Parts: sequence; structure tokens; C-alpha cells
Amino acid sequence: MAFLSYLINGLSLGSVYAIIALGYTMVYGIAKMLNFAHGDIMMVGAYVAFFALNSFGLPVIPSVLLSMLVTTCLGVVIERLAYKPLRQATSLSVLITAIGVSYFLQNGAQLLWSSSTKVFPSIISSGAIKLFGGQLQISYLTLVTIAVCIAVMVCLTLFINKTKTGMAMRACSEDKGAATLMGINVNRIISITFAIGSGIAAVAAVLLCATYPTLSPTLGSMPGIKAFTAAVFGGIGSIPGAFLGGLMLGVIEILSKAYISTQLSDAIVFTVLIVVLLIKPTGLLGRKLNEKV
Amino acid sequence: MLKVENLVVKYGMIEAIKGISFEVNDGEIVTLIGANGAGKTTTMHAISGLIKPVSGSIYLDGTDLTKVQPHKIVSMGLAQVPEGRRVFAQETVEENLTLGAFFRKDKDKIKADMDYVYDLFPRLKERSSQLAGTLSGGEQQMLAMGRALMADPKIMLLDEPSMGLSPLLVSEIFSIIEEINKKGTTVLLVEQNAKRALAIANHAYVLETGTITLQGTGQELSRDARVQKAYLGG
Repeated sequence: MAFLSYLINGLSLGSVYAIIALGYTMVYGIAKMLNFAHGDIMMVGAYVAFFALNSFGLPVIPSVLLSMLVTTCLGVVIERLAYKPLRQATSLSVLITAIGVSYFLQNGAQLLWSSSTKVFPSIISSGAIKLFGGQLQISYLTLVTIAVCIAVMVCLTLFINKTKTGMAMRACSEDKGAATLMGINVNRIISITFAIGSGIAAVAAVLLCATYPTLSPTLGSMPGIKAFTAAVFGGIGSIPGAFLGGLMLGVIEILSKAYISTQLSDAIVFTVLIVVLLIKPTGLLGRKLNEKV
Repeated sequence: MLKVENLVVKYGMIEAIKGISFEVNDGEIVTLIGANGAGKTTTMHAISGLIKPVSGSIYLDGTDLTKVQPHKIVSMGLAQVPEGRRVFAQETVEENLTLGAFFRKDKDKIKADMDYVYDLFPRLKERSSQLAGTLSGGEQQMLAMGRALMADPKIMLLDEPSMGLSPLLVSEIFSIIEEINKKGTTVLLVEQNAKRALAIANHAYVLETGTITLQGTGQELSRDARVQKAYLGG
């Protein structure tokens, strides 16, 4: 029974990783860049939600929506100002810029909101459903987290597979030049991708802070790195891959904390990543690039 | 219809196109022949806006394409079948064709054009739900041509459509180019297969290291001693 409870906690943590990883992987799939500032965009989302709930006293849903709106705009602005001028540059320049943006956001947050930690208010009632005569308890928060993750995943998949913009995104991820020849505005598609990835990062931020309610300007960096790992784990660029990678990472992390060692859990997570990449370099669901000439 | 004037394109410090001028009239098939690295594909990319020229103009029915956003060029009636086909390998044949009509809003006409493409290339119809990456080279070339036709273009640019295809398929592709042209689409064809290209061209230009060195009707050039020596294995 303890195992089941750890597993569910792992899925819950993994859901948060998965939502962040979806943003990473979408941006990589389309813009072919690693947006290392993604975790920090999430951090900004967490602060916006915090102020909306605490200072303005808004209800939960409007706070989340406001936070999403802010991170969406932030993502688009960052892309426009920092990444778009580097479209023809080498990927190393873009990577360094992304790390720069990450530090900029962290320090900006420190300046605006100070480096002292804040406590995120509890947003979901602390009850739990009891199964097996009370032996297994699943908190509402856990259920909500997993449900939201599945909902985000389903919406995103439908968007990409069923809409015209989604089709344009798929075309851009394969060949931007050919997409331009089809009349697709590649810059606009990249903007939309950043908007969506950053918007859902706010959802992850609220779920993360509901579980671990300590706010600090660096709160995005570790989950950011974990989510990036999850995206690579699942096969970067693949949306189901990010979902699967996130969930697996969460489960491995919680199980190793429970059964092996709390201190070593991160090391174990990264060891598993290395092993997976050794066996399957493109990640679990990543596809091999087969080019026919 | 299409008029290129003093076009100069550079890759960094290297001047790939050194001020070329040429013209494609309404209803014609015009070909640009030349060896590898002569600048044929660069010229095509410049016309479609994939690379920005350093100077010069490209007029499509009087509008200077160098001042138009690249993704808007196809909606002005200029479609390109790029070198190496560049079909969307992870999309189905039908999705590739739908992408060809991406900017269009006229749903009924799109449907009619899709039927026309399937008539022209029955093999694509058989494979409409197959991923484009699983098609053979010849089928991918047909798909790339079909995809360009889905834009309902006034002028179609074809970059090395015969590359890597068997002689039988090359004949098929060239007869389809003539058929498309007869239906009223102007064609600008870039080819290394000079013999075939000159045989169907109204007008031809020879491109050598970024400069046009010869021009004339297709027949004139195929009889020209220099062309025969350099490009026709004569």
C-alpha cells in the first residue's frame, strides 16, 4: 500500500514536470532551441499567482488565468527581443543567450520581490479520498494535479493535430524553408509556440507551489532542469515523449527518495537518464531523423 | 510575368550571384541551366524569398518581391518545387497537399485542385494516407509538384525535378511539366539535365559561377557548340 501511495505521489510530481517539459519540448521542436529561461518564466508565473491570490485577493481560477496571461506575454516578448535577432546565429549563441535570460529573470525577480522566501497560500482544500479502508489516501491536490496535466496534454495534442495552426507548427518543425514556401509565417508560428509553452508554464507553477509552497526567485531552476531532463528522456521535440518523460522522472524521483536515499534521488534520476540515452540516444519516444535524398 | 534585374546574392563574403538579369514571359517555359555550384538554387531561393539578395530586383507582375515578406510570395501566385523535394516526411500525402493550399480560403476550389492533382498523379491518390517519408524518390517528386500546384500558381519554379530519378521517371516528370504549362501555368525550370530542359524550353539561360553567359531559345542553345561541349556531352 505504501508503494501505491509513493507511486501516486510520483505521478503527481511527474505531472508538474510533464507540463513544464511540454513547454521545453514544443519550443525545441519548432524553434530548434533550448529555452533555458523556461523554468524562470514559470517562476514569474508563480509570483504573479501569489500576488493575485494574496495581495489582490482574487479567486484561484482568475489568478491562474492572470498568471498565464503574464507568462504568455513574457514568453513572446523574450522571444521577440532576445531570440528572434539570433535566428541565423549558431545554436551556441542562442543557448548562451537563453542562459543569460534565465539569470536576468532570476535577478529581476530578486530586485522586484526580494530574495526572501514567501509562502504560497493553500488553494486546494486539504482533504483526501480514502481507499482500501483508509489504508491509501490520495489528496485532492494530487488528483487535481494529475487531472490538470492530462487535460493540458489532451488539449495540446488536439490543437497540434486538428487545427490549421497546429498543422503549420508541424510543418515548421520539419522544414522551415519549405513551410515558408507554403505561405506559412514562420516567425508567427514561433511566437505562438512560445506563447503556448510559457502560458502552460504558469499552470505548472501554480501546481508546483500548491505542493511545495515556498516561493523564491530561484524556484524555477531545479524544476526547469528536471523538466528539461524529462523532455530529453522522452525524446526532445516529442509531445507524448515529454508527457511520458515527466511522469517517469517524477515516479523515479519519489521512489528513490522512499526506498534508496533522499540525498541520492537526483543522482539516481540523472543516472537513469544517462542509461536511457546510452541505449536509445533519441530518448524514449524520439524519432530518428531519416532523411531521404 | 517574372523579371529579375541585376540580382546580387552573397553568402557572407562570397558572391554567389553576380548581378544577373533574366525574364520569364507569360505562358512560357524558361530554363536556367548550369553546372553544380553555378548559383541556380540560390537564384530560386532569392525569388521565393528564402534568401535576401544584397541588391537587385525581382518583379512579379510589376511587384518587387524583394520587398515582400517571404511567406506572402506564394499567395501572389508564385510557387516553388524546391531542390531535393523537401516534402514533409512526417505528414501524409494528403496533409502535404493541404499544406500546399495553406494560405487559400476558397475551400471548393481547393477541393477541385486536389482532384486535379490526383488526376495528374494517380499514384499519389493511391497513397494519400501514407506518410510522405515512406514514398519513393519519384513519388516524392510528384508530391512536391502536386503540393506546389495546390497553391494554384500563375508561375511555378522547379528546382532540379529530375535529380536522382530513373530515366523513365524523368520522362514522366518532364511530360507532366509540359502538361502543367499547357494548362496555363508559366514555368521556370532549373536543371542539370540540360538536354531535357532545352528540349521543352521556349527560352533558356546558361548560368556559370553566378553570371549568365549565354541565352537564347531552347533550340538555339541546344545547337550552340559551347553548350554542346559543356552541358550536352557533345
